[in-house]
Amino acid sequence: MSVAPQPLDAAPRQPAAPGHRAGLQLRAAGIVFVKECRESLRDRRTLLNALLIGPLLGPVLLVFLLRLTITHQLAQANRPLPVTIIGAGNAPNLVAALQRAGLQVLPPVPDVEAAVRSQQLDLALRIPAGFAAAWRAGRPAQVEIIFDSSRRDTGPALQRLRAMLDRYSRVTAAMRLMTRGLAPTLSLPVVVAERDQATPQARGALLFAMLPYFLILTALIGGMWLAIDTTAGERERASLEPLLINPVPRDRILAGKLLATATFSLASLCLGLIAFMVAGAFLPANQLGLSFSLSPRIVGAILPVMAPLVLLLATLQILVTAFAHSVREAQTYLGLVQLVPVIPSVVLGLMPLKAQLWMFAVPLLGQQLTVMQLLRGEAISLPEAALCALVTLALAGVVFLGARRNYASERLAITA
Amino acid sequence: MISAQDLHKSFGVTRAVAGVSFEARDGEITGLLGANGAGKTTTLRMLYTLMQPDSGRILVDGLDARGEPLAVRRRLGVLPDARGLYRRLTARENIAYYAALQGLDARSAQARIELLLQTLAMQDIADRRTEGFSHGERLKTALARALVHDPGNVLLDEPTNGLDVMSTRALRDFLRRLRSEGRCVLFSTHVMQEVAALCDRVVIIARGRVVADGTPDALRERAGEQSLEEAFMKLIGGAALEELA
Repeated sequence: MSVAPQPLDAAPRQPAAPGHRAGLQLRAAGIVFVKECRESLRDRRTLLNALLIGPLLGPVLLVFLLRLTITHQLAQANRPLPVTIIGAGNAPNLVAALQRAGLQVLPPVPDVEAAVRSQQLDLALRIPAGFAAAWRAGRPAQVEIIFDSSRRDTGPALQRLRAMLDRYSRVTAAMRLMTRGLAPTLSLPVVVAERDQATPQARGALLFAMLPYFLILTALIGGMWLAIDTTAGERERASLEPLLINPVPRDRILAGKLLATATFSLASLCLGLIAFMVAGAFLPANQLGLSFSLSPRIVGAILPVMAPLVLLLATLQILVTAFAHSVREAQTYLGLVQLVPVIPSVVLGLMPLKAQLWMFAVPLLGQQLTVMQLLRGEAISLPEAALCALVTLALAGVVFLGARRNYASERLAITA
Repeated sequence: MISAQDLHKSFGVTRAVAGVSFEARDGEITGLLGANGAGKTTTLRMLYTLMQPDSGRILVDGLDARGEPLAVRRRLGVLPDARGLYRRLTARENIAYYAALQGLDARSAQARIELLLQTLAMQDIADRRTEGFSHGERLKTALARALVHDPGNVLLDEPTNGLDVMSTRALRDFLRRLRSEGRCVLFSTHVMQEVAALCDRVVIIARGRVVADGTPDALRERAGEQSLEEAFMKLIGGAALEELA
């Protein structure tokens, strides 16, 4: 380095009057916030995670998976059902009826039981030689389905075949009753009518049970690199010690970093919701009689429900990363944190509990339930939503105090 | 003006600083000389209020560091051992961040930053991101941000570490300029020539204690040696060798 000969200053300027610095304490968090945001906006890794991967991960995954299952199911239902038939000549009328229903006759094989057992065949139908005689005598005529119940993938084919045979049997029974002058309804003592009360929207919500989890994950990913960079990263790059020598209480610095993390999380969440809105259009949901629309009104309701949770998660991330000495260590810790929001999803999945008041007092679970209600097109009750928000905010406060305590420790700044 | 009075600091069973007292006066350069691990950095960290001494008192311009740490920090310009910069910010933005945290309003911050950029001859790198800066460029930026609030007291932890000869000379000139402006300059070093070339007063630390305190001439005289290095070795006794063992 070289130093030019200009005078630095006539005399040291002693600190300005206190009035000059009034409000600094409140401003300090804002200064840190602005700097962290500015720096992060220049970081490709942070941007990629917060603005691209986080918001797109959920919608893309969801659309991809749903398209896959829906198209698979639709294709299954319309495809001809190939079945090996032994003794097709014993009941030509039955075989013709089955063919009309979509069955495709495969030629017989010598040892059909062995073929099914060795999984060469999925399914076979045997029509015994005595079929025609029993049919004509009016006795129950037997057919055999040869299948392997331990193979789950043949389940749908088996059901289709059973339904075909059942329908043929019922039609024949009705015709026999009619030819004898009896009402065909005699053979139907009980009929069951199913009246599903789920609205198309609610059925769609079932489909989107994963949405709250994806939203939470999006928020976590959005804040992740900021949390790491501003705490463990600052420590690793040895810029924390000089920062803490500034005349600013440490909790203001921490608050600025927390605000920046929460802001990026929230931005991620907003983008994620928009992505979900767009993704809804790409779903073949209508073909299944479902409706899923993330209307701006619902999104507008989801945001305030999720906002306290975003703050809590950001605080948690800051707390955890502030413990880490290096970026790598922080990454490991945050990986574990990302597993936490899975818990309520799994609990709700395993035990489909009816929503009760106490559940809204559990952060994560409460938001998950509320978002589900919104998606089902139900009105959320204000006391429950308020309880959920308050408990979450209170917990965020507690976690912040923990992070603050950690930040106040003397060891924090000393990189080692 | 900085006054350290009987400072003690332990980490677990390790007694890093065990009774350090000295004064660093305005308009003088004071050198804190000691071998590695003698307690220089810990002493400085207590002076710039990053750490609390277990016992003892620190006064900066008459303000008690324990009672008024924020007021004390405003009077200190510190170049700590850790001098990491924000890589994605330019040199100017790095300095401006500290100016804002020091509470400078935008206009006086800008004027002050211009002056420092000029004095440290870093106008050409001012608007470059600090990623990829040379050692000297990083040091200049760290110095500028440490002095952005025009502090009366300047603390530097081993400032010439890793600098080439030219940069070292320039830094010495800069420290002399700070002295001529009436500031209290205190820096730590383990390099003898540094002390001989710069200091008005030398405080020699060994094993957490002050073993000698005076002008370089007085120390040479006291030890009865011609070179400061010999005097240093004599004054700290076998301490340095024990540290190595």
